Parts: sequence; C-alpha cells; structure tokens
Amino acid sequence: MNVDIHANRPVAEDPAQSSDSVIGIVRGGETLKQHRDRLMVATKSTGHYAGLQQLPLRENHPILYNKLFSRLRAGIVNARETAKKIAASPIVEQEGELCFSLYNAAGDCILTSTGIIIHVGTMGAAIKYMIENGWEENPGVAPGDMFCNNDCLIGNVHPCDVHTIVPIFWEGSLIGWVGGVTHVIDTGSVGPGSMSTGQVQRFGDGYSITCRKVGTNDTLSRDWLHESQRMVRTTRYWMLDERTRIAGCHMIRKLVEDVIAEDGIENYWKFAYESVEHGRQGLQARIKAMTVPGKYRQVGFVDVPYNHEDVRVPDYAKVDTIMHAPSEITIRADATWRLDFEGSSRWGWHTYNAHQVSFTSGIWVMMTQSLIPTELINDGAAYGTEFRLPKGTWMNPDDRRVAFSYSWHFLVSAWTALWRGLSRSYVGRGYLEEVNAGNANTSNWLQGGGFNQYDEIHAVNSFETAAVGTGACAMKDGLDHAAAIWNPEGDMGDMEIWELAEPLIYLGRQVKTNSGGYGKYRGGCGFESLRMVWNANDWTMYFMGNGHVTSDWGLMGGYPSASGYRFAAHNTNLKALIAEGKPIPLGGDDDPENPTYDALLPGAVIKRDKQAITTEEMFADYDLYLNYLRGGPGFGDPLDREPRRVAEDLNGRYVLPRFVERMYGVIASQDAEGTWIVDEAATKAKRLEIRKERIAKAQPTREWMKAERGRILRKDAATQVQQMFASSFKLGPRFEAEFRAFWDLPADWTMLEDDLEIPSYGAKHHMDISELPDVHVVQFVEE
Amino acid sequence: MPTYTRTKVAELIDGTIDRETLHEMLSAPKDLERFVTYIDILQERMSWKDKIVLPYGPKLYCVQVAATKQWTIRCECGHDFCDQSENWKLHALINVRDTQEKLEEVYPRLMAPTSTWQVYREYFCPECGTLHEVEAPTPWYPVIHDFEPDIETFYRDWLSLPVPERAAA
Repeated sequence: MNVDIHANRPVAEDPAQSSDSVIGIVRGGETLKQHRDRLMVATKSTGHYAGLQQLPLRENHPILYNKLFSRLRAGIVNARETAKKIAASPIVEQEGELCFSLYNAAGDCILTSTGIIIHVGTMGAAIKYMIENGWEENPGVAPGDMFCNNDCLIGNVHPCDVHTIVPIFWEGSLIGWVGGVTHVIDTGSVGPGSMSTGQVQRFGDGYSITCRKVGTNDTLSRDWLHESQRMVRTTRYWMLDERTRIAGCHMIRKLVEDVIAEDGIENYWKFAYESVEHGRQGLQARIKAMTVPGKYRQVGFVDVPYNHEDVRVPDYAKVDTIMHAPSEITIRADATWRLDFEGSSRWGWHTYNAHQVSFTSGIWVMMTQSLIPTELINDGAAYGTEFRLPKGTWMNPDDRRVAFSYSWHFLVSAWTALWRGLSRSYVGRGYLEEVNAGNANTSNWLQGGGFNQYDEIHAVNSFETAAVGTGACAMKDGLDHAAAIWNPEGDMGDMEIWELAEPLIYLGRQVKTNSGGYGKYRGGCGFESLRMVWNANDWTMYFMGNGHVTSDWGLMGGYPSASGYRFAAHNTNLKALIAEGKPIPLGGDDDPENPTYDALLPGAVIKRDKQAITTEEMFADYDLYLNYLRGGPGFGDPLDREPRRVAEDLNGRYVLPRFVERMYGVIASQDAEGTWIVDEAATKAKRLEIRKERIAKAQPTREWMKAERGRILRKDAATQVQQMFASSFKLGPRFEAEFRAFWDLPADWTMLEDDLEIPSYGAKHHMDISELPDVHVVQFVEE
Repeated sequence: MPTYTRTKVAELIDGTIDRETLHEMLSAPKDLERFVTYIDILQERMSWKDKIVLPYGPKLYCVQVAATKQWTIRCECGHDFCDQSENWKLHALINVRDTQEKLEEVYPRLMAPTSTWQVYREYFCPECGTLHEVEAPTPWYPVIHDFEPDIETFYRDWLSLPVPERAAA
C-alpha cells in the first residue's frame, strides 16, 4: 500500500500518528517534527521515500506532473540567473557561485537550480536541524521569516557558503522551504579570504551562524544588519550577497504561490514528495543502465605540509600529515549501491575537515556530470545511496572544534578517485563517452587582503580556480582550463574584472604547460596567471593547493596530472626595471626546472618550492605571485597517443619538448617556421624501443612486494606516511586487518600515533557537538 | 531510446566520432545494445579468438579461454595475467618511481610529486610492455584490487544475455 503523505490519515505502524494533540504549522496540522518523523519511518519501512510505493500524480497525470516539474525547475534557474546580477562579488556574479533549492515541508529537496549544487543537501540539513531542534516553538517559523545559516557542524561545506532559508506558507500552513546560497568573499576568519588557512580551529573560521532568524515580515532585522556587516572584512559584498539570496528566495516563493494558484495545492503537495521518490528511482535506473554490478576500490590522498616556516600555526598543528580516503563502491544486483570509506584518516588541526553532509551531497555534483545528468537534482539520489563514513574521520569529525574553511582541499581529492571506479563500469559496457579519469585538484587559491586600490579594507579569493583542466575521457582529451568539480558551469573570469576586484595586475595568463596527465588521451591542462601587487597597502597573501602529492591519478595507463608548487617574489625592484624599460617577467613560468623569471629579478627574495600551502605573508607593491591552476589526469598508455596529437600539444605549448620522446615515444623536430613535425618512422621505432626498455627495467610485482614489505617491517617511511597509516588503522580496523593480511605482517608489528615523535592532539581527547546541552544532531550516514 | 550503428560505435572506440553523435550519446538515455556491438567490434580486432567477456581497459580484457572455459585477465597482445578472480597487477611487471630523480623523468622539477609523500607505480604487460595502470599512492600502500565485477549478474539479470561458460580456476 502507499503510505499517505498527509497527516491524520491512517498509516500502518506509524508512531507519529498517536501524538496528535499538538497542532503544528505543517499543512494538515502536524508539527514539523511529527511530519518528518512520519516520513522517515515510512521511508525506512518501505524502502521508498515517504513510503511512496506508487506515484499517483506522476502515473495518473504525467502531463501535469511534467508541467509542474518544468515550470518549477525553469523558475528556479531563472531566479538564480536574475538574482546573481544583484551581487557585486565577482565570485557570485562572474563565477556563478550560488544556487537555489526548493524543499518540501520535511526539508527534503524537490528541485534545484544550476550552480553550486552541493547545497542540495546542505541547506536541507539546516532545515532538518531546525525541525529536530524545535525551531517551530522557538524562535518560531512564520510567513515572511528569513533564516541565515553557515554552520559547518550541522552540514554546511565551509563557512563562506552562506544560506538564506525562507519558509513557504499557503493558506496559513507551511508547505515547504526555499534556500539560497552564495559563496561570500570573506567570513571574518583569522586570515582574509573565504577559504583561509591560518586558523586550526573552528573559532578562527570566522562568523558562524546557526539557522538564525534574521528577519520577519520579509524585512531583515536591524540588529542582524549591524552585527553581520562588521563581522566580515568585505561589508559591501556581504550585504549585496544577502540581497541576492533573498531576492532569489522570494522569486521562488512567489513562483510556488503562482503554481499552486493555477494547479492546486493538492497537486503541488503530491509533487513535492513524489519528485523525491522519482529522483531515488531515477538513480537506481541509471545505475542499472550504465554500470556493471560488483565492487570497485580506489583511494585518494592529498598533502597537508604544515611543518614549514611559512605555515604559521600552533605547535600541535605544525605537523606534516596526509589525507587518506580509500573507498569501496558496491553495486548490487538490484542496482542499489553503497559507498564505504573505511580506512579514512582522522580529522586534523587545519581547515580541510568536512561534515558528512557536504561529503555526500557534493558527490551528487559529480554524478550529475555522468550518472544522473538530468534536471531532476534533488534528495532522491541521497535516499538511494548508502554511505558509510566512520565517525572521527576527516569527513565525519567527532570534535566540535574542527575547522572547515577549505574543506574542498580534501573533498575534491577524495572524490577524484570515484571517477575512476565508475569509469571502469563505463569502459566495461562501452559507454566510453562517459569515462573520466578524474578531476583536477581545484587549486591554487590566491587569497589575502589588506587595504585595496580603493583604500578600503578588503579580502580577495581569486576564483580563477573555477577553470582548471578536466580529466581525460576514453575517447578524447580532457578540456583545458575549463571547469571545476564543484561548479559544472565554472569560468576563469575576465582579467579586467579581477583587476577591478583585486589590487593585482596581470603580467601574464597562459596555459600551464605540462600540467595535464599524459595518456593516449591526455588530461586537460590548467593555466597560470602572474600577478603583480599594485596600489595595495598592508597587504598579505598566501597559497593553497596540493604540492607534494598529486591527488588526481590517471586511469588505465594514463598518468596523474602534475602536482603543485609556489612562486612568489619580494623586493623585486620592478619599479625601477619598468622605469628603465628593462625586461621584466611576463607570461607563464613555462618550465619551473629551468625558470626564466628569476634571472630578471636580481636581488629579489624568491620563494620557488613545493610548499604550496602557506599562511598570510606580507606583500608590497611590485611583488609577484604566480597563480598556477592545476591540470587533469590522463587515460590510456601514452605510447598509444596518436603522434599528430602530440605535435599539436607541442605547437600549442601543452607539453614541454623534452618530455615528448620520453613519455610519448614521439620523435619530432621543428621546421624553419618553428612548427613541430613528427617523424613517423622514427616514432614507431622509438615506441618499440620504449616497450622493450619497460620490460627490461621493471620487475615482477611480487618481487617488488618482498622489498616493500621489508621497508614496512623496518618502518622505513617518512613520518607523514606513518602518521597517515596510524590514524587510519585506529579508525578503520578492517582497513588495518586488510593491510596486515596483504603484507603478511607479524602480530608484533604495530603502527601507533603514540610511537611517532610528533604531537597527536585530538587523537584521544575529543568532544562532539552532540554532547552539548539541548542539541539533537541529524544522522545522515552510517558511521 | 536511440540506437547507434556499428560504424558509429567503432568510431567512438577509435576517438573519431562526430560531435553531433557524441553529444547525443552523452545527453540521451543509454542504448542497451551498445555492449553487444562494442564487444563484437573489439572481438573482431583481436589477434586471438577466445571470447571477450568484459573489457577492463583499452587493452585489457576478461576473456573466456576457448579450450578450458577458464576466465582470465588478458592483455591485447594475448598474454594471460591470471584468473579473473585475482588481481592482475600482482601478475604484472612493475616499475616504481620512488626517488625524486625517477619522478622528475615524468614531470619537471617542482611539478613532480615528492617521493617521501607519494610514489608512482607503473604496471606493464610482461610480453608487450603495454602500460595498463599507474598507481600513485604513498609508500607502503597495498596494491589495489580495483575491480571485481559481478559478471554473471550483469549478463543474466541486467542484459538478459547468456552467461559465458566458466570453468573453475
């Protein structure tokens, strides 16, 4: 039987039906809590969202169902496109870092706009937190209310993603919610910039707001306006971002009212629940249509190189560590699936931790690009997926002190591995067009602040990062400087706009040569911008990206993309060099092994190394900063790349000539005009020679394993590697057992954090938000 | 639901397909018969006759050995790594780039990873030297058994195809 989504109708085995004395605000008379409880019980008992084993509106009135879908979805997208023009921040206005979602009364997403759709889940998590913690009684939920949230302890990604949430009422009863989110340019954290690195606890992450009622009767409260504008550095951007969110929410609220007036509340109400179950069924159908049942295993890593003089944090945080995210995808015979992250490493004293909701919700951003490329992006996919994120790991921390400001550093590095798993399915079935070797590490993040060219307190976060390279496909190269995993519609932005927003002049912007992974099809290259500080005062900047570790492996013979590094120059004497008309650094840092900038800057203090994460560093006018945006990984054996494509890479400066022979086995030379021409016969011979060399140099895997086992027994590895395994073993006993079995380790071999000569604050003593008084956390995953 | 000609599927495999058809393939519901056409094209291109059961990579396959009915993991050159139930990488040749010098053969200095944090492991076919996979883990990391498909369910229940006969390893 179908469980009814209305209150006060008979529902078998439904405990919520027995406590009807309270009259709630939800349509039908339930309280928000009663309503959600009843839907969750029905979902659990039937396996269908809200117990909807049939979809009467969709099945009996398909045209009306699709009309509602199309009109609401188009209106939500329209609201986003219209509202973003209100924003002054280039992050929102240029890069499109905003999103709007429509929710049913229980806080489950019905439909969402384009943009940063990770927030399908995060704003829903905020609504559910309000529901579970009695917001209905205090502070109350009424027509015209506005709530603001950016709390990462209840599901937000990072504090710079600020939500505005507005309840939707019809004839005096609550029928849903609408949420809008923008990525603000500064949150008032320890360091300027929206995703800063200097703090190691949440208390330094900046302004944190927990579902606070900030307005009534569609008017923002004056106390909120006065408080919030002084909590951040970039006041004007902050206030206009808020107006962007409110405008979008109110447009969508009006849209819903219009739809109900035309098509009836009963039909809208059914749509608000059936669409979620439709989304769940849609995911299952796509899994069956595109994948192969079975198990897929993969892993992601990224470096946290904090034991360095340019990372200014407390002693207990000043340690080198590695993020570890192994995953096992199980696709069952009935096309349901489970994602298990057993073995992941612990949260840490940095800003890269993530809440379970941002971890799971963000995966849908990926899936919309291959597995579920439809306009029906809602919570149905989440209800169709089992996640296991062990408690205490970086993606499910067990301490309320953890910082989140750049959770994406870990998120993108963990998710890139999932592409490889899914792509094995696509290769198996012949859906080669869907294969993606991985995403690029979305960095560097150029951030900082001080007094800008307008003599105002300012913060910057260059979203050029929205256009890194993409991973290679099984039938074509990845896109060059094109997109970012967290925003499928990303853009690098116009230089002229960035120069208006930042006191940083462009001395170059070009393809980052050799940044894409080699392969039969290569990863897309990133790009690089050379910026000169100009008209700034009391200015600081820092770097944020991968460096020692390449987070994005290749696939099926393709190579990982290149890893990161930093280049900064102080005391450059550029003022005099420019006045004298002498050569100065211009364009890209083509080959960092043979740099050209440095010799043009005699006497300058140059920082050119693998320390790709730093904290605030002073910069003066005429100082230089290289913003290197990473490339994507490759697919297939590079020796199988068509030689003519390699010549195109050479001529387009996508690869350095000295790597062409070694990695692609291509023999090429330049003609009189400098165009690279392939010698086909010599290439064929060279490739044969490389194959023979490979066989001659390599050894049987099991032979190598004997030597590697010896290194493990001797504990011969850098401290950060040992710390990673120790942390993962403690939280992932199954991972440890499998590690021990694989290497056949004796029982007396142990790897404990206590035995390492680095601090391990947080390893034993931690306290979760759930231990605070009167707090009811919402559980979204298996722990 | 669209269908694609054998020629178009072959062009997809070869990376020469036109943009319009590629766009349709990406945006339209998937064509269920793709698998059969795909396997048929691949089979025709092999120098050996044993049946391809499931592609594992551009040059790596699960095959049914005609003589024994064993399912093996096979390189395009004909080399059998192992039974399908095993991790083929354990039967491959490996080259580990675990020093800065070896890593900087792949990328310029500063764009290569740091060997005390990350290594590259290249897995080759022992007969033809084809590179089938590159892992980039930390030192000590176990060799990953990345793909264990449930081929019987896939054939029988998902595609309604007869499951190729399989002898015990």
